[in-house]
Amino acid sequence: MSESSGVAVYGEIADGKLLPIALEGLGIGRKLADSLGQEVAAVLAGSDVAGLAAGAFAGGADRVYVVDDPLLKDYQPDAYVSVMEKVIGQVKPRVLIMGQTDVGRDLAPRLAFRLGVPVTMDCVELAIDPASGRLLQTKPVYGGNAQAVFTSDADPQMVTIRTKAMTPLQPDNSRKGEVVKIAAGLDASTIRTKLVDRVIEDVAGIRIEDADVVVAGGRGIGGAEGFAQLEELARLLRGAVGASRPPCDNGWVPDTVQIGLTGKIIAPELYIAVAISGSSQHLSGCSGAKTIVAINKDPEANIFRQARFGVVGDWKKVLPAFTARVKELMAG
Amino acid sequence: MNIIVCVKQVIDPEAPPRSFKIDAGGTRAEMQGAPPVIDPYGEFAVEAALKVKEAAGNGKITALSLGTGLLREVVKKPLAMGADALILLEDAAFAGGDGWSTASALAAAIRKTGEYDLILCGREASDTNAGQTGPGIAAILGLPCVTLVRRIDVAGDTAKVERVTSAGYEVVEVPLPAVMTVSNEIGEPRYPTIKGIMAAKKIEPVVWKPADIGIEPSQVGASGRRLKMNRLFQPVHEGKCELASGETPEEVAANLAARLREAKIF
Repeated sequence: MSESSGVAVYGEIADGKLLPIALEGLGIGRKLADSLGQEVAAVLAGSDVAGLAAGAFAGGADRVYVVDDPLLKDYQPDAYVSVMEKVIGQVKPRVLIMGQTDVGRDLAPRLAFRLGVPVTMDCVELAIDPASGRLLQTKPVYGGNAQAVFTSDADPQMVTIRTKAMTPLQPDNSRKGEVVKIAAGLDASTIRTKLVDRVIEDVAGIRIEDADVVVAGGRGIGGAEGFAQLEELARLLRGAVGASRPPCDNGWVPDTVQIGLTGKIIAPELYIAVAISGSSQHLSGCSGAKTIVAINKDPEANIFRQARFGVVGDWKKVLPAFTARVKELMAG
Repeated sequence: MNIIVCVKQVIDPEAPPRSFKIDAGGTRAEMQGAPPVIDPYGEFAVEAALKVKEAAGNGKITALSLGTGLLREVVKKPLAMGADALILLEDAAFAGGDGWSTASALAAAIRKTGEYDLILCGREASDTNAGQTGPGIAAILGLPCVTLVRRIDVAGDTAKVERVTSAGYEVVEVPLPAVMTVSNEIGEPRYPTIKGIMAAKKIEPVVWKPADIGIEPSQVGASGRRLKMNRLFQPVHEGKCELASGETPEEVAANLAARLREAKIF
């Protein structure tokens, strides 16, 4: 354990680009490494990815490990677990940070069990305990009703981080470092699951994870027709429409706009929650919003505990008047 | 077709957040006034198992639960939904585990059952929100694994599976036996029928202790943990909500819009 050193960040890549979560990982990784007085390493695995090292340096890495192999073109768990096991065996980091993404959710637990260490998923806060030098890993539990702080005695101390929970550094393109190539050494016959197809279900307009304004509806909207009214307000504010879980489960809106623990985690400037009671699992997905505005007929609704502004009332009466007034104010 | 579904008893995650309390020791949580339930995420796994069995036209579904103080009326819900057998890993030694000790015990129990083609778990548990048990079982048993599954089509000894992604889904082929974690997109879990409830009453669960699954008590529950929980707490929301007022809903709405404009929110 004593030979472990530094913070490694898994640099997740999609469509030939380093994802924002990779830069968020590097941002917190840099902080942790500085308080340990150690280095930050980025791990880039994929096909034709060596060119992304510069971005990782700019984001805070001191050293970049590159595993470039055509077999790594698409994420495939068996291949990626095997590669990451090899890389971690060579790099021996004290801390390993991955993202709580489609890939991280799948890869991190498998890698942890392969390495024989625990992993804390979906961390929202990471810090080095000054007394022990160990990583304090804070994550929401009980659907966001509580948070727990975990530590592990084994290295690497593995975590995944929630999207948008950590701040990336201001990119510094003058930062340079060493690029170390590692051979994937993959045996294609050990790859058991086969990716047959990847289907992108397009949503019209702005994606909720990119939108500055999100207008979201809950069970109380009652049907697909109600969401058309939310759409109108969203369009006016150049935002996107989202939903809590019940409208998705009922097929009123596509699953891809679900906000919450089992859907998207978003952090817009403005979040307008319409007829959403505010279950913990939903709040886990939107509590990063800068301002939450709630419209709900139940004054006791949990959403009002998180909201900055609100209206107690029936959305069917409130929303049209609100939208009309917003329109006037924006025109005026 | 032998299907094993891992489901757990949890405090009711759908109970109002204000009934959520953490005990004085700061380690255990409860929903005051709400009885425990079968984990809703696990119910999606049960639903997936029933769909696969129906499509195959035959098979056996075994529900597997680990814990202490398991209420029979709670852990029998998968039986009432249509599962055929129930195994409980119930012993004081199983209490207070983490992903490692839980997956180790479940994997040992699954190995003991002998024949299995498909092992299903929820995408995560509603209490720990970790999503590690399924991949952990797969790693321990050396099986392939697909997470966040929304559709399973079995053909012979291969399954074609749809995996939910943030942008849509992936279609994946995986040889059986395999482990899968099931996402809520699989479809609403069915309600137990009266017939199902009656059938469940007659099925006696098999109860196994650590010795029954060939595992040392020191490897399970709290003593098998590799992750230490230092603190469990409820975050405080200091923010106050400013409620708009007015005589009519329309007036309140207009006042809210004006206030947001004034605060430069839009």
